[in-house]
Amino acid sequence: MRLYDLFQSTIVALEPVVRRIGYDRLERPVAAVEHAIKGAMFDCQMCGQCALSSTGMSCPMNCPKNLRNGPCGGVRADGHCEVKPEMPCVWVKAWAGAQAMMSENILDVQLPVDNRLKGQSSWLRIIREVRAGTLPRPASSARKAA
Amino acid sequence: MTPDEEGIGTGPLNDGPAFPEMIDPGPIDPAAPLEPLPGHSSSGRLERILRAGEFAVTAELSPPDSADPVDVFERAAIFDGWVDAINATDGSGANCHMSSVGVCALLTRVGYAPVMQISGRDRNRIAIQGDVLGASAMGVANILCLTGDGVQCGDHPEAKPVFDMDCMATLETIRAMRDESRFASGRKLDKAPDIFIGAAANPFAPPYDFRPLRLAKKIAAGAQFVQTQYCYDIDLLKNYMARVRDLGLHEKCFILVGVGPLASAKAARWIRSNVPGVHIPDAIVARLEGAQKQKEEGKRLCVDLIQEIREIEGVSGIHLMAYRQEESVAEIISESGVLRDRKPHSVNPVIPQYMQQRFRVPS
Repeated sequence: MRLYDLFQSTIVALEPVVRRIGYDRLERPVAAVEHAIKGAMFDCQMCGQCALSSTGMSCPMNCPKNLRNGPCGGVRADGHCEVKPEMPCVWVKAWAGAQAMMSENILDVQLPVDNRLKGQSSWLRIIREVRAGTLPRPASSARKAA
Repeated sequence: MTPDEEGIGTGPLNDGPAFPEMIDPGPIDPAAPLEPLPGHSSSGRLERILRAGEFAVTAELSPPDSADPVDVFERAAIFDGWVDAINATDGSGANCHMSSVGVCALLTRVGYAPVMQISGRDRNRIAIQGDVLGASAMGVANILCLTGDGVQCGDHPEAKPVFDMDCMATLETIRAMRDESRFASGRKLDKAPDIFIGAAANPFAPPYDFRPLRLAKKIAAGAQFVQTQYCYDIDLLKNYMARVRDLGLHEKCFILVGVGPLASAKAARWIRSNVPGVHIPDAIVARLEGAQKQKEEGKRLCVDLIQEIREIEGVSGIHLMAYRQEESVAEIISESGVLRDRKPHSVNPVIPQYMQQRFRVPS
């Protein structure tokens, strides 16, 4: 978790540089690098609004139902996916990951996916929106209950 | 409660409609909303029963593969006077049937209290929000938000799965429609839908220790009641409910536990290997197998489970899913004694005349 926070604050600190070069010019190369790295590490699907820090670093877009808030009721007794029996459930891995990270982010309710952002760089978006103070925040969370 | 105590017939529609020539509900409009109560989200019977602290009973109506309204009315009549609300499923098991919107339109027309299920599998956020407004306008007071079964398990595995919003996003969206009178886009509604919002829960699938927290998330997102997957494992349910009580969730959300009769040991084995998310322990299969009359034993087992479930602190009711055994619902409810001396509201539907020839009231 701390690693992820460190990463985020580092890229956000780069904002003046990014702005000088231009977001539009950087979009394609950064998206390509982001896809290569996160694709290799997390099988990232480039939804453009990365939720990995809230999903125990298990990419929720690999869930056949694109669930972004936890496992469906169809998880098999062996922890595998209802739709793809050969695949371990994305959210069983997410829950294990979140516990290993000791992160409570998994209790935040993720907003529905903005389909316009598919294929775009999530890193650039975070840099821009954190600086501008427009990064969408969860509307609700179960942190208080837990 | 009698219909009079519930305020039937005193709803706004009966107080003098704005356009009397357009609205002619007759002497009693069965679809008239009940008098609004303070602190209630809806004008529905289910919310009233639950908030009054009664042990609620809901049942699932299996939607017909038919364009005949009589098929819906006949199926609903089986439950009349035995349940507090009837679930209209939305392509459950990813099989194609009459839509939940269509079933609810028929049910509200004659006065039943439906729980309209909305699955995210087949519709995107534009369609879902439109259905919520339409449903509320028809008198639907309860909506249950589901993600939905994958298309692979139904009769159209080649269909495109939509999954635009997961159940959590659907809950938040409907809550914002009701409480903030706006679409997800922010655009304002002229009249917000008065909906009692529900969700599903499955305490019987891994990861078990995340399940109560997932319920907490659903409550944070707007769930006021949940109906669970079939319960055949009391120990798992007790563990789940203990954690739910630790988190105080039973005080924020009404929990209705899913139950249903198993027709035979063979049926039980088929269900557990073919229906996603249903956990049936070996001991249950063995009990059915050892019985002379397996179908009777299946009903007995269901009654036993209900009686055990009722004793668990924090459980507010049961949700009966008697797939293909709907005729046994009344017997199971009666045998279990969960209603004590309470008699749920009977609709005694007035079936439109042109349908009456075909309508058979079940014995």
